[in-house]
Amino acid sequence: MEQKCQDCDATLKILDDVVVGEIISCPDCGNEFEVSKINSNNVTLSPAESVGEDWGE
Amino acid sequence: MNNRISIIYDRVRWEEKEIFKALEHKNIQFSKFDAKTLVLRSDDSVQSIQDVYGNSILQRCISHYRGMLIAHYLESKNCSVVNNSSTSRTCGNKFLSTLVFEKAGIATPLTLFSFSDKSAINSVDSLGYPSVLKPIVGSWGRGVVKLNDMDSAKALIEMRYNDDGLLSKIFYIQEHVNRPPRDIRTVVVGNEVLGAEYRYSSNDDWRTNFSLGAKIENCPMTKELEDIVIKASESVGGGILGVDLMESDDGLLVHEINNNVEFKGISKFTNDNIAHKIVDYIDTISKR
Repeated sequence: MEQKCQDCDATLKILDDVVVGEIISCPDCGNEFEVSKINSNNVTLSPAESVGEDWGE
Repeated sequence: MNNRISIIYDRVRWEEKEIFKALEHKNIQFSKFDAKTLVLRSDDSVQSIQDVYGNSILQRCISHYRGMLIAHYLESKNCSVVNNSSTSRTCGNKFLSTLVFEKAGIATPLTLFSFSDKSAINSVDSLGYPSVLKPIVGSWGRGVVKLNDMDSAKALIEMRYNDDGLLSKIFYIQEHVNRPPRDIRTVVVGNEVLGAEYRYSSNDDWRTNFSLGAKIENCPMTKELEDIVIKASESVGGGILGVDLMESDDGLLVHEINNNVEFKGISKFTNDNIAHKIVDYIDTISKR
């Protein structure tokens, strides 16, 4: 599957085993998008949450 | 109950996908919850919460406070959470981790704690240069700085002190350990150490975090390493953990335990399928 980056219009390649909640990074601008919905072959992307101070392993 | 096992996450990484696959492979019924979408009511009954989340919950939030507080909430409704809130609280806070390691007699780098810029500079002076300043919360090496001399120490401490961050006036200053340009990451599930890897700092960084480009290679498991890792894991309450160590002149030092361990790298060096081991561990707990 492919989608266009909402910021820079680059092509985002989305693997077949994609799951809701997964992060897709734009190879060109680096922006991150979260998979918010999957309907058959249609994936909805939303801007991902930005990294928080308390994020980590 | 609707499901025996739930997973709560806020970002699906490679690790979460592997855990989902392992649950499906083992034909275990499970539910997934995005922590960002949850609405938790204080007055919900124990039964209603257990009906939704089951009796065993794997907490995999990347946000420390989000994950820890959700664990607290679910435990208040008598749910079993892995890792539990106490382990999350300790591991997600370097200040508390160091106290626990010391109390348990686990060798760890000498650390000084200060609560103002002036006392922080005194701490660095007392440790000598270089020393290391770390934020007490956060991971992936972010904000971890080596203080090479008094000028840079003063500047960095002043910058932190004038920051509006909630924790920026708490100074965690650690001795700079004389070690090879690597540390050791181990992954523990329950009472089993599943693997160990060396993480070599990249050419342009002294830190050894994988996220900063560290190169990894297999670290042979020894009885000494295994014993220290298990003891360290137990000191924070056990569970699914990433125990990090340094090789000092005086032996192995535990410097950090990760409560939400990433295991993509180390999977190359172990015969165990770590996601399967995690699922087996959760499944066992759910049947208690």
